[in-house]
Amino acid sequence: MDRVRLATIWLGGCSGCHMSFLDLDEFLIDLADIVDVVYGPVVDPKEYPDNVDICLIEGAVCSDEHIHHVKNIRAKTKVVVAFGDCAVTGNVPAMRNPLGKIAPILQEIYCERPETHGQMPGEKGLMPVLLDTVVPVHQVIKVDAFLPGCPPPASRIKEFVQLALSGAELKLQGSGLKPG
Amino acid sequence: MAVKTLTIDGKAISAREEQTILQAARENGITIPTLCQLNGTSNIGACRLCLVEVAGVPKLLPACVTLVGEGMQVSTDSEKIHEYRKMIVELLFAERNHVCAACVENGHCELQDLAISVGMDHSRYDYMNPKCAVDITHKRYGIDHNRCVLCGRCVRVCDEIEGAHTWDFQGRGANTRTISDMFVPWGQAVSCTSCGKCVQACPTGAIFRRGSTVAEMQKDRTRLDFIVTAREKKQWIA
Amino acid sequence: MDLNDLLEIAEKENASAKPIRLRCCTAAGCLSQQGDAVKNALQQAVADADMSDRVEIVGVGCMGLCSAGPLVKIDPDGALFEQVQPEQCASIIASLNGGGPAEASVGSDDIPFFSKQHPIVLENSGRINPERIESYIAAGGYQALFHSLREMAPTDVVEEISKSGLRGRGGAGFPTGLKWATVAKMKAERKYIVCNADEGDPGAFMDRSVLESDPHRVLEGMAIAAYAVGATQGFVYVRGEYPLAISRLKTAIQQARRMGLLGTQIFESPFDFRVDLRIGAGAFVCGEETALLRSIEGQRGTPRPRPPFPAQSGLWGYPTLINNVETFANIAPIVSKGSEWFSAIGTEKSKGTKVFALAGKITNTGLIEVPMGTPLRTIVEEMGGGVPNGQVKAVQTGGPSGGCIPAAHLDTPVDYESLAKLGSIMGSGGMIVMDQSDNMVGVAKFFMEFCMDESCGKCVPCRAGTAQIHKILTKVTDGRATSADLENLRSLCEMVKSASLCGLGQSAPNPVLSTLRYYPDEYQACIDGGAAAEASA
Repeated sequence: MDRVRLATIWLGGCSGCHMSFLDLDEFLIDLADIVDVVYGPVVDPKEYPDNVDICLIEGAVCSDEHIHHVKNIRAKTKVVVAFGDCAVTGNVPAMRNPLGKIAPILQEIYCERPETHGQMPGEKGLMPVLLDTVVPVHQVIKVDAFLPGCPPPASRIKEFVQLALSGAELKLQGSGLKPG
Repeated sequence: MAVKTLTIDGKAISAREEQTILQAARENGITIPTLCQLNGTSNIGACRLCLVEVAGVPKLLPACVTLVGEGMQVSTDSEKIHEYRKMIVELLFAERNHVCAACVENGHCELQDLAISVGMDHSRYDYMNPKCAVDITHKRYGIDHNRCVLCGRCVRVCDEIEGAHTWDFQGRGANTRTISDMFVPWGQAVSCTSCGKCVQACPTGAIFRRGSTVAEMQKDRTRLDFIVTAREKKQWIA
Repeated sequence: MDLNDLLEIAEKENASAKPIRLRCCTAAGCLSQQGDAVKNALQQAVADADMSDRVEIVGVGCMGLCSAGPLVKIDPDGALFEQVQPEQCASIIASLNGGGPAEASVGSDDIPFFSKQHPIVLENSGRINPERIESYIAAGGYQALFHSLREMAPTDVVEEISKSGLRGRGGAGFPTGLKWATVAKMKAERKYIVCNADEGDPGAFMDRSVLESDPHRVLEGMAIAAYAVGATQGFVYVRGEYPLAISRLKTAIQQARRMGLLGTQIFESPFDFRVDLRIGAGAFVCGEETALLRSIEGQRGTPRPRPPFPAQSGLWGYPTLINNVETFANIAPIVSKGSEWFSAIGTEKSKGTKVFALAGKITNTGLIEVPMGTPLRTIVEEMGGGVPNGQVKAVQTGGPSGGCIPAAHLDTPVDYESLAKLGSIMGSGGMIVMDQSDNMVGVAKFFMEFCMDESCGKCVPCRAGTAQIHKILTKVTDGRATSADLENLRSLCEMVKSASLCGLGQSAPNPVLSTLRYYPDEYQACIDGGAAAEASA
């Protein structure tokens, strides 16, 4: 059997989902026998490769760079998974949405508060442009499966990965669906 | 006392004529999801989660307000009903700013439980991201409108059990807000007796005890049941 | 007060009429175009010409052809002046005296707009002075109430209404007689009559016009209903946006009370009936009967699940008969002329006539009353005069609860069943005509925005569902939607329709569903356009 090409990516999130993935502990060793991690914060490649079997996307879509990433991932990946609440619902990063458009928020945070330096960070074009509305991944690209939780507990990730490897339908049941 | 015989999901049951389909189902161990329903307060049929199919009736009927009838064939379990329930829960999650990870009620929340029971893994609908206030002017309690599902349980428990009628609604549609007295901050609502029944009645983390942190708030509905049983049956049992 | 007194009042009123009478429309449509200035100018012109002895100027209700207002009609010779300006009035009066033709645009009442009508509800409208009860009595008013009270048993009245085949004119078309019989059968220490005058559909103004033009007709219908079902108190729930209707109703109630036609021992019978007004505060949902009843009780106007129906448990828990303005306006003629006369008009299942408010892209905007079963084409093309410089694309009936009927179905007879078959409803009678320049997705979005704003917020499908449908429609019109969005739109509409608590939510998806059914290409075009724009970006 061909080795499974797994990618992960960390968008607008706290990396807690990746930490939870690392909590798989000795199961990681079992995984290493059959899975290649071809892209992600824990491995070296800088370019997202072609022909990825499965990609776990952690985090909400918050910037133009994130949009670029997820579209690229969609084009090169068989199974795209929204990994954790930020990717599934927008979660904590989306809590800024009710405050309105991003420009006045940045202006207030970086320029108007007394403890700031009175200037916006970065030159133009250097930083990704933040979106006015933070959205979950499935509102930008088609998502094949959802793995909720903040973070998803390691046991749930294990169950999910086993489902994926067995080729069963990637749908969690019961308390495996609990957000938060 | 007249008894009616009917079937729910094919199971033959008997019920007293003044019972609703929901009561009859619960007595017989059949679960119908609910949200706005709260034992001890009136039923308003607002959340539409308890909709059931009754043979020969073209419309879906809310089990919480529909009385049992002789020979009724009730179905709580069709594919259509499951799909509608799921859509309703998804709509609720998209409507306000429900962030389970940052909520006092995380792990004890009825909305969260509903999401699990209807098999929702994400909301297919766009998030509305409405601007909602948090009112912590009350000495002991707070209300976070981001988490409010407008079930009206606080309104009814305050009016019907406590008799204070501090809570009510203002506005229409998605702009409906739960308000205290004539839209004053809760801390200034003179009718509030600080009894805390609304805190216990609230299905989500919208009304909470101040000082609770994430996942710390656990509500205790048995106190409400105790009062209602005592009043209605003169039995002082918990 | 008895029949002789009534006839005496009528005789006196007719005797005091002057040989020449100029009827000026003083309903809201013409008033908004300086109708009152025209009336004053005519009065002044009569005084200036010293013709007060044989010419009188009378303010009347709506004559129907609102797009040609202000209207002035001359009796007995029948000339109809359209779009009359105050400065033309002197010449109109002069023409009566042989002073040459009037310098005003002359219309004709021999056009299909008028000749194809069958006025029952509107028979006094535009003829009598709505602010004088004597004027109504002179037209035969309150005789039906007399006959009911003095010559019929309450059950006879219910029977007569049942036999007439009259169905509720508020939109749903429930058999009126059956509703009356249900309330009549209820044993209760008190019962109520409610007139639903909370007309709120965009583009609909039938009830407003009836109240402004012939308020006593509605009061008489309510009184007959009260006698038939055993009620002693009535309420007219009228929307606050209708100040003229409110003021005319107030006047009418006072006049009727003073004459003993409302109040205690009406027509020297043991029957008492009092009518009070309740003014709506602007919520569309208060047109829904259970929300309306809560509003009358002084509570927040939100619907509740039925059963119990208001006929069983309505105002303050008592049996309550609630009918719409137009339904009550049909009662007196049915009692006077008999159920057979009424049931001979219309179709097999839809009896009588229906008043429609014609609006939108149509030559003759205004109010018409036609027999049930009249083809839509007759209404729109013959009576309405068609679309100015264009073609009919669709006709929207039933307002935000109805649907769009494409031009291909214009030969459909207008009755409850035929419209339902096409995915629309009769509704209260709003009829909005659209031409080729109208985008149907935009039309659906307009009505959905209305329903979203007017949802009371109580049940989840309507509150959150309409907002979400509106959001998807906005994506469609902005070219941001995908076919998945269209699928979500369809399933959401079905759910909101089946799962909402009251009629508002249950019918809110109709404009979307009917445009999806008849104009799928327009939705697809928005999606394809958006996809093409993205591909080229």
